[in-house]
Amino acid sequence: MAKDAIMDFDKALELFEPVLGFEVHVELNTATKMFSAAPNSFGREPNTDLAPVDLGLPGSLPVVNGEAVRYSISLGLALGCSIAPSSRFARKNYFYPDLGKNYQISQYDEPIAFEGEVEVELEDGTVIRVPIERAHMEEDAGKLTHVGGATGRIQGAEYSLVDYNRAGVPLVEIVTKPIFGAEHRAPELGAAYVRTIRDIVLSLGISDARMERGNLRCDANVSLRPRGQEKLGTRTETKNVNSMRSVQRAVRYEIQRQAAILAAGGTITQETRHWHEDTGTTSPGRPKSDADDYRYFPEPDLLPVVPGADLIAELRAALPEPPAARRRRLKEEWGFTDLEFRDVANGGLIAEVEATVAAGASPAAARKWWTGELTRIANAQNREAVDLVSPADVAALQLLVDSGTLTDKLARQVLEGMVAGEGSPQEIVDARGLAVVSDDGPLIAAIDDALAAQPDVLQKIREGKVQAAGAVIGAVMKAMRGQADAARVRELVLERAAE
Amino acid sequence: MTDLTRLSAADLAAELSSGTVSSVEATRAHLDRIAAVDGDVHAFLHVSDHALEVAAGIDRRRSAGDALGPLAGVPLAIKDVLVTTDMPSTSGSRILEGYMSPFDATVVSRARAAGLVPLGKTNMDEFAMGSSTEHSAYGPTHNPWDLERIPGGSGGGSASAVAAFEAPLALGSDTGGSIRQPAHVTGTVGVKPTYGGVSRYGAIALASSLDQVGPVSRTVLDAGLLHDVIGGHDANDSTSLADAWPSFADAAREGARGDVLRGLRVGVIRELPDSGFQPGVSTAFRAALAAMEARGAEIVEISAPHFEYGVAAYYLILPAEASSNLAKFDSVRFGMRVNVPGGTVEDVMAATRDAGFGDEVKRRIILGTYALSAGYYDAYYGSAQKVRTLIQRDFAAAFERVDVIATPSAPTTAFKLGEKIDDPLQMYLNDVTTIPANLAGVPGISIPAGLAEEDGLPVGIQFLAPAREDARLYRVGAAVESVLVDSWGGPLLDRAPVLGGAR
Repeated sequence: MAKDAIMDFDKALELFEPVLGFEVHVELNTATKMFSAAPNSFGREPNTDLAPVDLGLPGSLPVVNGEAVRYSISLGLALGCSIAPSSRFARKNYFYPDLGKNYQISQYDEPIAFEGEVEVELEDGTVIRVPIERAHMEEDAGKLTHVGGATGRIQGAEYSLVDYNRAGVPLVEIVTKPIFGAEHRAPELGAAYVRTIRDIVLSLGISDARMERGNLRCDANVSLRPRGQEKLGTRTETKNVNSMRSVQRAVRYEIQRQAAILAAGGTITQETRHWHEDTGTTSPGRPKSDADDYRYFPEPDLLPVVPGADLIAELRAALPEPPAARRRRLKEEWGFTDLEFRDVANGGLIAEVEATVAAGASPAAARKWWTGELTRIANAQNREAVDLVSPADVAALQLLVDSGTLTDKLARQVLEGMVAGEGSPQEIVDARGLAVVSDDGPLIAAIDDALAAQPDVLQKIREGKVQAAGAVIGAVMKAMRGQADAARVRELVLERAAE
Repeated sequence: MTDLTRLSAADLAAELSSGTVSSVEATRAHLDRIAAVDGDVHAFLHVSDHALEVAAGIDRRRSAGDALGPLAGVPLAIKDVLVTTDMPSTSGSRILEGYMSPFDATVVSRARAAGLVPLGKTNMDEFAMGSSTEHSAYGPTHNPWDLERIPGGSGGGSASAVAAFEAPLALGSDTGGSIRQPAHVTGTVGVKPTYGGVSRYGAIALASSLDQVGPVSRTVLDAGLLHDVIGGHDANDSTSLADAWPSFADAAREGARGDVLRGLRVGVIRELPDSGFQPGVSTAFRAALAAMEARGAEIVEISAPHFEYGVAAYYLILPAEASSNLAKFDSVRFGMRVNVPGGTVEDVMAATRDAGFGDEVKRRIILGTYALSAGYYDAYYGSAQKVRTLIQRDFAAAFERVDVIATPSAPTTAFKLGEKIDDPLQMYLNDVTTIPANLAGVPGISIPAGLAEEDGLPVGIQFLAPAREDARLYRVGAAVESVLVDSWGGPLLDRAPVLGGAR
């Protein structure tokens, strides 16, 4: 495959305005599937979690999952959408072996939620309002594995395996309107938008939102128009970009690729494209054209979805605080600088810091533990900081520091014990004997020894060169194996030297 | 000894519950009858190899004193459109040859629970597309009144099985007349319930918004007894109504003994011209109306100006839904597979569908695919849905003035096998009086009205009632049946020719 020419990103932005659009599929974590009583599971033996309708068996009929409808309404409300008093399912007809019925039950001209807006915050704190066109319910398809052939794609494969466990898993597809004005931050907006959707569904508790498992999947639409032109350019749709970083890279790549074509006088083909994580490039999928005729018509096996006003009001009242508003509130409450808060947010640690503060630690201390030592250990162990320790234990550790039981250095040793699963902070302090020695007796003995060993230093202190005491303090701390309060040691050194 | 196959289901049930006859005896009598005549009739695609065991189980439960339903031990024929776990379900198609379903249709499980004994699966036009059973991939069924003639369709197998005394009861499905038109040409009774009155779960879908499962029998009471067993809400069918239904058997009994016809307002549609009907059909229809009038019914001319567009609208909506419903037959998960060496999955799907579907199925898939295509949707599917609304309004207006509407059940008596097979349009027009009920979702019943004078073949009269008023049809149907059978001096089927030389 010939390598596509790309234009320098800044140059591309000089010549063209990027216009974005995103379609994000969210898999709901309901107990059962969208239209059957089969479990909505992940990672089970292929073709085990199935009901007749998931396989499109003759005579089978779909029945709508009420829990999925409620989740979808909550999501629609969280996206600032209006909820349709009546919405309908439709059949999207196309033949594909991962689709048991050879049609997908989706929503077409009557989605459950429409006309919303989400605030997306970029790294530098800029907020971009992304207009939402609609959010509609549909079912997922099965999963194909292509065996043989070089590409792992259906073309050239020797044979393909189909696992229908995923067939019928409830999805909500969130479709944005065209997004203008992101300019050179368009790639970053892509990642930030997906992160925002992820935050929203996590705060609602309606999806596991694990992109690596496909719980959250993003199709990124990119088009360019020459500066000053009103008419939108031809767009491409890069399918299934499945990490936030990839969304960012794919948008950037498409801007550069399209700019190179347009600047050379070429035209963009309206098509779906595949994202290649390894090369950081996209390649053409199938062209989108009039031949793509899904022959939508209202699903005759299902009645319209008519949520009562009561239900909508109940779900609206139960909505959690919107993630963007929550961030603003917490940043204010914690008194963090922009930079400090972004460290917490970008590390995905807002909930942890919040819980640690709630358990009694100061915001500054909570932030320091989570974005500092715990993040360092997590990176070193290739784990997530949130999986290492509980916020309650972090708060307990900090309380030991605040009460003077532990120095910062000792506290880091206790933390290592906590990560290793040795117990609560207090248990580790007891077991390892790590508490600060607060009895002056042993300290004075150690200081007298140190002074006797360094008569020249004693002389200097007596001559008023107080800074010389550092050498004695160091020796004492070493002798105490760190379990002493250095400030108290300093006081005592000066006292003893004066005698 | 009484010939058990000649008894109505109600009479047979009475013998069974009184203990004078066992279910094994009744079942064996019907299996013997099938063995004797089905070579000629070909009503069955599959005969159960364990019906006698099922019957023996019912007999054991009865002697153990178990409480059994009114139809326990009575044999039942099942249209092959309904999936069954113990017998293949093909819907008359080669593409499903030998297909075993992992679940029973709701109506089948309810029939089993009520103690009915499944005898076998009955023949039908492929995927219920047709009015003659000639489109079955397994050969046509023959009309017991004249083996050279069609038994109607798509449920010709169920109607013939009942008419030929191979079964006292059968299950059918009616998308545009597939229960009522076969009843008309075989001198039997068929009911299309209100849409949503009987579960569609396990009925291999033709057109989801039109399909309805219903009873096939020789008497109105028998249909009511079976309807009582299979009807009512089913959580597996989202379009099933949550209504509590009255007993349709009780309604039929009330109609047979009471004075239901006095003051009954019977609507006759002005726009259905006599000219479109075979003279003998019109004559028998008028005679039945006259008999009703003589018992105090009032015949009222009503207008249903949009009925004439019914067939056109139906032949857009049905193929559109069918083209989608039949997409699942692709060889990937079940059913026939035609391998294409070196081919892609699309090649295999195409080759399988080419070999597995008959011409009529392909014709309707093409029609439906076209009707749903971008740019044509509004003109075809959209317009057809508007006609549907207009027909519903015609019904609503008519039912403000009358209690039931009466029509001939079909324009002609049974035509000869092969006569219309190459003229789909003529075949489609055979459904002109039955289609409006499916488009509007209202219930309909066809009962024998008499024999056409020119060919001596059965003619049916159809009654239609407002949605949810199925019980009214059973009352009126049983009343008219009782009047007509009295006037004939016995059931119409007594005049059918003897089959198989056995009796």
